[in-house]
Amino acid sequence: MRGEPRDGRIVIVGASLAGLRAAEKLRAEGFAGSLTLVGEEPQPPYDRPPLSKQVLLGKVPAENTGLPQRREVDAEWRLGVRATGLDPFGKRVLLADGEEVSFDRLLIATGTRARPWPNPAEAALDGVFTLRTSDDAGRLAERLDAGPRRVLVIGAGFTGSEIASACRERGLEVTVAERGPAPLVGALGGTLGTLATRLQRAHGVDLRCGVTVTALEGNGRLTGAQFSDGTRIDADVAVVALGAVRNTEWLAESGLAAGPRGVTCDAGCRAFDMYGIVTDDIFAAGDVARFPHPLFEYQLLSLEHWGNAVAQAEVAAHNMVNPGPRRRPHLTVPAFWSSQFGLNIKSVGVPTFSDQVVIAQGSLKDARLVAVYGYRGRVTAAVSVNQAKWLEYYQRLIETAAPFPPAPGAADRPESLVPVPSDVPDPKMLSHGPTVALTGHLPDRRLTVVQPAR
Amino acid sequence: MNVVVDLNRCQGYAQCAFLAPQVFTMHGEESLLYTPVIAEDQDERVRRAAAACPVQAIVVGKEAGSGAR
Ligand SMILES: Cc1cc2nc3c(=O)[nH]c(=O)nc-3n(C[C@H](O)[C@H](O)[C@H](O)COP(=O)(O)OP(=O)(O)OC[C@H]3O[C@@H](n4cnc5c(N)ncnc54)[C@H](O)[C@@H]3O)c2cc1C
Ligand code: SF4
Repeated sequence: MRGEPRDGRIVIVGASLAGLRAAEKLRAEGFAGSLTLVGEEPQPPYDRPPLSKQVLLGKVPAENTGLPQRREVDAEWRLGVRATGLDPFGKRVLLADGEEVSFDRLLIATGTRARPWPNPAEAALDGVFTLRTSDDAGRLAERLDAGPRRVLVIGAGFTGSEIASACRERGLEVTVAERGPAPLVGALGGTLGTLATRLQRAHGVDLRCGVTVTALEGNGRLTGAQFSDGTRIDADVAVVALGAVRNTEWLAESGLAAGPRGVTCDAGCRAFDMYGIVTDDIFAAGDVARFPHPLFEYQLLSLEHWGNAVAQAEVAAHNMVNPGPRRRPHLTVPAFWSSQFGLNIKSVGVPTFSDQVVIAQGSLKDARLVAVYGYRGRVTAAVSVNQAKWLEYYQRLIETAAPFPPAPGAADRPESLVPVPSDVPDPKMLSHGPTVALTGHLPDRRLTVVQPAR
Repeated sequence: MNVVVDLNRCQGYAQCAFLAPQVFTMHGEESLLYTPVIAEDQDERVRRAAAACPVQAIVVGKEAGSGAR
């Protein structure tokens, strides 16, 4: 019967990691109604993390990162078509091909896209790339195969740094330009930013911090770039790694609290409307969602993490078919990994939610360590560099709000147990957008309306 | 068959790289790289690797949405 939680029509918009895992979970929880996935990309769901790693290293073709299914999913897939609007009264999703799909419950999982280079003429030069989709990765990998003389990477967040690492591993000359004081500093703070600077330089990256790229030069083809300090370089490839933009424009008229920071939802993944009233039939999950987290004072978090997309999709799906007190909160501790310049970097918690940091195990000198972050005397995050096995221990400290600084690890003697300021810069100071953003407490969209492009 | 590894869980102990070296390789000391789309003759090895992973980080399955192509 319609209205029964395990029956009716569910539509998922966004057929990538979060959309897929939600679809599987819905069926696993006994949802027996009709299920439709709408996805703008023509490909079935694929995995993005390999795009800046295996694919750019030339080890895996870009079109070969398809995700495995965890179970059979009986669903209608409408791929290659964009959702252009949501009618909350008629409960319809409008599609770019003029059709529409009706729903009883809706999951918004439209993720993010690459922030484009702000100058459209320069962005259109042959040789200028962004990296978000498998098509992007395929085009970039092909160009790297052709052996460019120099690659310019604009923005030294995780994606930019991984791209630079892959280029160096291929023996290509690389310049990295970052407006902030160091690579990764926006996500990991000053101490590990300094380590990242050292590593990039040791691997032969021409790293330029504290500068912006003021112009990309070329006539049809990219030939070089100018910097704010008056210098210029020759480059035949530029990768714009300025962070991500949330795909919420299609919701502009929906009355939902949807804006540049994402779709605001509650701990149960239910979307808020623009007045801050929670809806009961529209849910959000993955990179597009902005949700409150009790470990971080219920501030609304926007995460661009693989693990969050999976965990939040599962909670959303559970709650879509389990009303009332059977609903579950999404409380997973944020976590991500990155691999670059031979190092495995893993994080739990929110390193930017900190005032101090201490190297609790290992040493910066050996680039093998665990950095633990604290905020007002409690542990809020930990980052390991080639020391992943210890992270679980620190995750428990975060979950239990253990006192900071933590007791010394038994395993080995750290360099120094004196906490130092975590030196997390204002995100406005960076070239790239943050992959973790603490966005305050207000669920409504007054502060986050979509601004027309300048 | 396709494979994905939850690298948040992975501890980099390399059991999988030992059991299915054509699919899983260590890159540096601790980072795992893998081939998401696996050749048929690797199925059995990959299943064994998934079963042996001490943290159950490896998901093996048919390519998702492949019916949708
Ligand atoms: C190069 C790269 C490397 C990464 N590496 C890591 C890593 O090492 N570790 C980590 O934790 N995370 C990493 N990530 C992040 C991770 O991939 C994302 O967190 C994850 O993909 C989020 O999944 P999602 O389903 O929420 O969103 P997405 O994967 O962004 O999917 C959203 C989907 O919705 C579709 N869509 C958008 N708008 C519409 C519309 N209006 N109608 C229909 N469909 C629409 C899009 O086309 C897309 O297919 C990486 C990302 C990239 C790009
Ligand atoms: S066996 Fe599991 S934990 Fe070990 S490297 Fe492979 S995926 Fe990681």
